[in-house]
Amino acid sequence: MTAHDLYLLAPPIALAGVGGLVVLLDLVTRRTGLVAAVSLLGLLLPAAFALALWGDVNTGGAMAGVFDTLVVDKFALFFQFLVLAVVALVILGAADYVARFQRYKGEFYALVLFSALGMMLLAAATELVSMYISLELTSLPLAALAAFLRDERSTEAGLKFLLLSAMSSALLLYGMVLVYGYTGSTQLGEIAQAVAAGGQPFGSPAVLAGGVLIAAGFGFKIAMFPFQMWTPDVYEGAPTPVTAYLSVASKAAGFAVLLRLFSTAFGAVSLDWGMLFAVLSALSMTVGNLMAMGQSNIKRLLAYSTIAHAGYILVGVAAMAVREPAGSEGLGLSSVLFYLGAYAATNLAAFFAVIAITNRTGNDQVDGFAGMGKKAPVVSAVLAFSLVSLIGIPPTAGFMGKLYLFNAAVRADLVWLALVGVVNSAVSAYYYLRVVKALYVSSSESRATVPSSPAVRLALGVSGLGVLFLGIFPAPLLGLAEAAVATLLSLR
Amino acid sequence: MSLENFLLLSVVLFSIGLYGALTRRNVVVVLMSIELMFNAVNVAAVAVSRYVTPAALRADTTSIADAVVQRVLTGQVFALFVIVVAAAEVALGLAIVIAVYRSRGTVDLTQVNLMKR
Repeated sequence: MTAHDLYLLAPPIALAGVGGLVVLLDLVTRRTGLVAAVSLLGLLLPAAFALALWGDVNTGGAMAGVFDTLVVDKFALFFQFLVLAVVALVILGAADYVARFQRYKGEFYALVLFSALGMMLLAAATELVSMYISLELTSLPLAALAAFLRDERSTEAGLKFLLLSAMSSALLLYGMVLVYGYTGSTQLGEIAQAVAAGGQPFGSPAVLAGGVLIAAGFGFKIAMFPFQMWTPDVYEGAPTPVTAYLSVASKAAGFAVLLRLFSTAFGAVSLDWGMLFAVLSALSMTVGNLMAMGQSNIKRLLAYSTIAHAGYILVGVAAMAVREPAGSEGLGLSSVLFYLGAYAATNLAAFFAVIAITNRTGNDQVDGFAGMGKKAPVVSAVLAFSLVSLIGIPPTAGFMGKLYLFNAAVRADLVWLALVGVVNSAVSAYYYLRVVKALYVSSSESRATVPSSPAVRLALGVSGLGVLFLGIFPAPLLGLAEAAVATLLSLR
Repeated sequence: MSLENFLLLSVVLFSIGLYGALTRRNVVVVLMSIELMFNAVNVAAVAVSRYVTPAALRADTTSIADAVVQRVLTGQVFALFVIVVAAAEVALGLAIVIAVYRSRGTVDLTQVNLMKR
């Protein structure tokens, strides 16, 4: 451990410091806004360190450190910025919700920050054991957050999340041990050499089983078919801000580590797992969309929608795996990164609108949104706009994201997968537009307006404008995504 | 004793754990079964670290002394970390089980199904 290692770890360490400070502060103050403000402003510190590291990486290239267990490159920093942005918005958007808790407000923010710490490390980890530790650091606080309300539904959500995440961790670990046993190393780079030297498809049956088990383990985290069973129950029972956090940040971190592991360690045998992800992608989209149709609870509906979106994002993963023609290398990877950013803005906007409305009405059902177009015009407009973005209609971030993803698939000769994606997007319009219909067409008896607090409105405004901005000017984020994947591509 | 014996033991342990985790109704027993799965991983990791020569050492036999500590013990370090994290997982799991028990008076998984329809 050298001073340079500490510098590489500075963003996560700073975040851990902020989390600890928030817990301590909660002990000495009763002011509700102060704890939230400190955790929000505290995020500037890790962001500043990450920005400094980005500058260094820009001039000097990727930096490995801490006994070669993690690397700071643009790929890792891209996800660290994404996680920090999501956490900031979630803290803002949760302000109303947290005000309802009797106790443990500080712990709520601290758990959100500690989980974000795990996600930041996850994006940078290049060694199997540290990947596992960061993954657990992400999951355990999320399980506690899901059970945070301590009523029947919330504890049920926490229990289901914990049991299934522990089971998936065990599968993941067994896969990791098999890969370690065959290659004799837990470093991704050394695993890649051993796998490439193996000669057979996927090196050996041990590595094949290991790869499948690892894919299964991460499949739980990103809510991919056939490991999606926990998603609807946990999303419905957990506090809504936690659901928003879970659906965006946890998924992004899961994809970060999935992309790094498979493109680095198994890069030489990518054709073998590319088709696996292509098929799982098609199944995820279809199952998610079909199941979403019958849902009457908005959180459950968005849970099935998130399964479908895991499928759309996997289109890019499959496109990355199947050898891309010269001139479009990295298209799959960069489209995945872009889509994760676009999806974060869109889904957060949708969830904040749901928080703003259900916090007053206390009704999670789609019917409860009847007539909201008149009662809460701004919130309803943002909700409708983000749902349109989830379908993928211009001028929204979701449209641009899907355009890049399906383009990558077509370039990589996966036309059938792109077609499945397009058909699925069209099918998904049915249930998203049902919510829009409830907002604007259905009427309700009461005429009372539904007010929302400034913090929620700010979070809603930022994420809503993000959706619009990415839909009209996708170039800045796409440029960042392309810069981020360049480091991963150079390893192939 | 060869590596196969240990791997066989670990596969048997893992399968028993997985079966228990999927079929048992009592949450505490499910947590114990998951613990069994983690321990199967530990057996495999320690056995691998004893029997498999790391790729880096196979290629380079001159500087073994340094490399041994860093690489030959990887599996044992792996197992240590798994034990620690599994303990944290069970602590949180039991805390949630207590919260579930307080809110509805049972830890039977088939009764914890408010949201299934």
